[in-house]
Amino acid sequence: MASVTLEKVKKDYGVVRVLNEVDLKIADGEFVVLVGPSGCGKSTLLRMIAGLEEISGGDIRIGDRIVNDVAPKDRDIAMVFQSYALYPHMDVSSNMGFSLMLRKTGKAAIETRVEGAAKRLGLDPLLQRLPRQLSGGQRQRVAMGRAIVRDPQVFLFDEPLSNLDAKLRTHMRTEIKALHQQLKTTSIYVTHDQTEAMTMADRIVVMHNGSVQQVGAPLELYDRPANMFVAGFIGSPAMNFLPATVARQGIAEAVFSDGQKLRLPDGLPLQDGDVLTVGVRPEDIRIVDDGSLKAEVEVVEPLGMSTQYYVRLAGEQLRIYAIGRPTLAPGQQVHLAVDRAAQHIFDPVSGNRIEPGT
Amino acid sequence: MIAGQTQSSRLLGGIGLYAAITAYVLFALFPIFWTLKISVTPTSLLYSEGITLWPSRTTFENFTTVLSATDFPRYFLNSVIVSLSTAALVTVIATLAGYAMSRFTFRGKAALAIMLLLTQTFPLVMVIPPIYRMMGQVGLINSLTGLIIIYTAFNTAFATFLMQSFFDGIPKDLEEAAMIDGCTRAQAMRRIIVPLTLPGMGATLGFVFTAAWSELLFALMLISSDDKKTFAVGLLTYIGKFAVDWGQMMAASVLALIPVCIFFAFLQRYLVTGLTAGAVKG
Ligand SMILES: Nc1ncnc2c1ncn2[C@@H]1O[C@H](COP(=O)(O)OP(=O)(O)OP(=O)(O)O)[C@@H](O)[C@H]1O
Ligand SMILES: [Mg+2]
Repeated sequence: MASVTLEKVKKDYGVVRVLNEVDLKIADGEFVVLVGPSGCGKSTLLRMIAGLEEISGGDIRIGDRIVNDVAPKDRDIAMVFQSYALYPHMDVSSNMGFSLMLRKTGKAAIETRVEGAAKRLGLDPLLQRLPRQLSGGQRQRVAMGRAIVRDPQVFLFDEPLSNLDAKLRTHMRTEIKALHQQLKTTSIYVTHDQTEAMTMADRIVVMHNGSVQQVGAPLELYDRPANMFVAGFIGSPAMNFLPATVARQGIAEAVFSDGQKLRLPDGLPLQDGDVLTVGVRPEDIRIVDDGSLKAEVEVVEPLGMSTQYYVRLAGEQLRIYAIGRPTLAPGQQVHLAVDRAAQHIFDPVSGNRIEPGT
Repeated sequence: MIAGQTQSSRLLGGIGLYAAITAYVLFALFPIFWTLKISVTPTSLLYSEGITLWPSRTTFENFTTVLSATDFPRYFLNSVIVSLSTAALVTVIATLAGYAMSRFTFRGKAALAIMLLLTQTFPLVMVIPPIYRMMGQVGLINSLTGLIIIYTAFNTAFATFLMQSFFDGIPKDLEEAAMIDGCTRAQAMRRIIVPLTLPGMGATLGFVFTAAWSELLFALMLISSDDKKTFAVGLLTYIGKFAVDWGQMMAASVLALIPVCIFFAFLQRYLVTGLTAGAVKG
């Protein structure tokens, strides 16, 4: 096992820059998830760590060794592909044993290790099958098995679950997590699914347009998103954003486009008349009998254990997530309250989070 | 009712398709049947019986004469040598070139593809004089080696595109997985990609073999001595040389079909998968 360090890693395709000076330190044994929308460069970054893609600038280290020019086969990594990339002409046991065979491991040792991995993944009855004789879920397991027999320094996963149905995906998610808890191998996992990122990661790396937006533990990102992109990307249903201007007469208030006001947290470095965006998570909006904000209910979605409301406030549609059965009907006027501690304040120009100064 | 309609129209369509295919196959096979028929017809009956579907008496005399009293065994051997060598050479070159065209980006790739395509655009008759001069200068006129070189040159372009399309059908992930598993690129190609491309290589081998086997133009122009003649040339000179002995000529033609048939029978299971491999994923 080993740490993985990226220093100012860049990638250009011709004149197009797809990765911007990525700096990242992944500790030994850590499970890090790279997450971001399609095309943000997550796969490219992972493939650069694997050695499948050239590095245009910067350094990648596995352990203490700079691997910029080391061939994939000498990096001692294993990778699970989105397509699984099982060798179609080899049976399951040869697929899993292929890397050991290339390393000139003895026949008996290969057999023991393949069987061990197969048992762990519940593949033992399928060892003699060809990939095309397996279901999608089974293929996915074989791809995992092929990675774990190696006992590599680092596991790389590129959206390994995206071809599975929702139920199996949830199941495999837990299983991969459990596997990591047993094996403790440093893992880098790419996904565009923020739920996968939240549930699996020790730390999440949020990427957008080839740049790292924020790195942190799942709840850290949830509670203190560094910018509006992270705030909107992490969390489902997504955070609500309300544009406003600052009114400062002693206390600071946000004034929305229809003149309604919301008391802002203290100590924000904002002047009277500044523009800002107030971010509020759906579960942080409370429906109250009497509050400063008035809104109209537009849509009610009962989910059983909880209810999702869409309300209109100052021309913006907001999502509210409330525990329990519906208590409101469409068309109804409601009062809302948002605690100051639950507000996320952003600069609408840069998108960055504004923290209360001390 | 609508379902019934589409079903019966589908059935009709099916019957139409089969009828068309059958008609086409009959049309294509009839000359071969006729060749076979004449080859086993005794010379005495050839003109006396009129046009019949099958002669009243058959004989293998034409075959024994062709095999024992003429130079055809020699021609046959020459053709086998030339066709097999060409097919093997082209397949190796096209496999390597097709792989490079499919997997790598390199300077001049587009230009190379266009140049390959260009070799296919000129009528061969046009290039015969310069080729004759070139081969003359390197002393390869009237030699099987010369023929092999020319056939290889003119078949490589098409074969390369064919192989490229087979490689394009194999996901890159596979060799990347192999390289992470511990292969060099060459090992990944040999252990993973080549086994999966065998159908494609079989198809290429078959096409090139057939093309070389039936080539007449270059062989006719470049080969002059009798012991270097290929089958096709031999067949043609038959006409002048022995007056037209239709029976023997047809017997020789039937013999010429045999290696091609054997070759395709041998390759068949590769070909069927091979020709569809690019189109259907899985
Ligand atoms: N060979 C290439 N040439 C030029 N641009 C490329 C090439 N490969 C990828 N890109 C670009 O690099 C960017 C990042 O691609 P990448 O595959 O890393 O995205 P991703 O984050 O993995 O997206 P997805 O979630 O869709 O897999 C994309 O904008 C893509 O268009
Ligand atoms: Mg990707």
